[in-house]
Amino acid sequence: MRQNLISLASGTLFGAGLAVSGMIDPARVRAFLDVTDAWDPTLAFVMAGAILPMAIAWFVVRRRSTPIAAEQFHTPATSPIDRRLIGGAALFGIGWGIVGLCPGPAIAALAIQPLPALIFIAAMALGAAVHRFAFTSRRSA
Amino acid sequence: MPGFPHAMPFEGFIGGLMIGVAAAIMLLGNGRIAGVSGMFARILGLSTGGPPWAIALFFTAGLPLGAGIVAASVGVKASFPTSLSLIAVAGLIVGIGTRLGSGCTSGHGVCGLSRLSPRSIAATATFMATGVVTVTIMRLSGVLL
Repeated sequence: MRQNLISLASGTLFGAGLAVSGMIDPARVRAFLDVTDAWDPTLAFVMAGAILPMAIAWFVVRRRSTPIAAEQFHTPATSPIDRRLIGGAALFGIGWGIVGLCPGPAIAALAIQPLPALIFIAAMALGAAVHRFAFTSRRSA
Repeated sequence: MPGFPHAMPFEGFIGGLMIGVAAAIMLLGNGRIAGVSGMFARILGLSTGGPPWAIALFFTAGLPLGAGIVAASVGVKASFPTSLSLIAVAGLIVGIGTRLGSGCTSGHGVCGLSRLSPRSIAATATFMATGVVTVTIMRLSGVLL
């Protein structure tokens, strides 16, 4: 129960942050990627603001054996930089650039622009399913 | 901001701090990475790893809740492209790409960069680059809506 409340608090603050920073607006995100037109550097300030508290959090993690409400830290294992990582990230960037939406803002935008957000999310679910059955079944991973 | 008439550096930085604190709450509270694409796949049963289902669900449900609260109090602008089929194509590519690349702007961009993870630095540089190339191609070919 405590874990779920922490999760809800985190998600709500995350969604509020996306709204305050202007990152729910696909046009603004795309204006950051649009270097040949009127470039909008706002996203860089958002990243700087977000990385600061998280860098402190990682510093704290190294000094704690357990999280506040869970038994252990589940941090990603160090894996090599492989073709999957780069290929997947490259693909993601293309989709991100086409509309200016990534998963967080798309889901948060359900409260602002429900129809286009829902279409993006449904397509994203289909994409995740395609990955699940096309890319992971051949390999055991 | 001089030279950048549409930029919101102050709001961007404050909103960014909120996002970072939110991710820190998830990490220090539940010991989990606040990666949206992973949480989303987890909810749908399309991810083998990741957090418990309820944690993913509560976090994800919070996103529109938080955005809705801000929208109701100060208003939020969101200009989507008019082509719904273009939105669907983009969503599909994002869905495949984030799963294949194990993360998106939250997991790799916020949580990974702040940890100086070489994988996340490589992933973020890659999706930033292909994002810029995509928008540039769309602008130069007149597709940009």
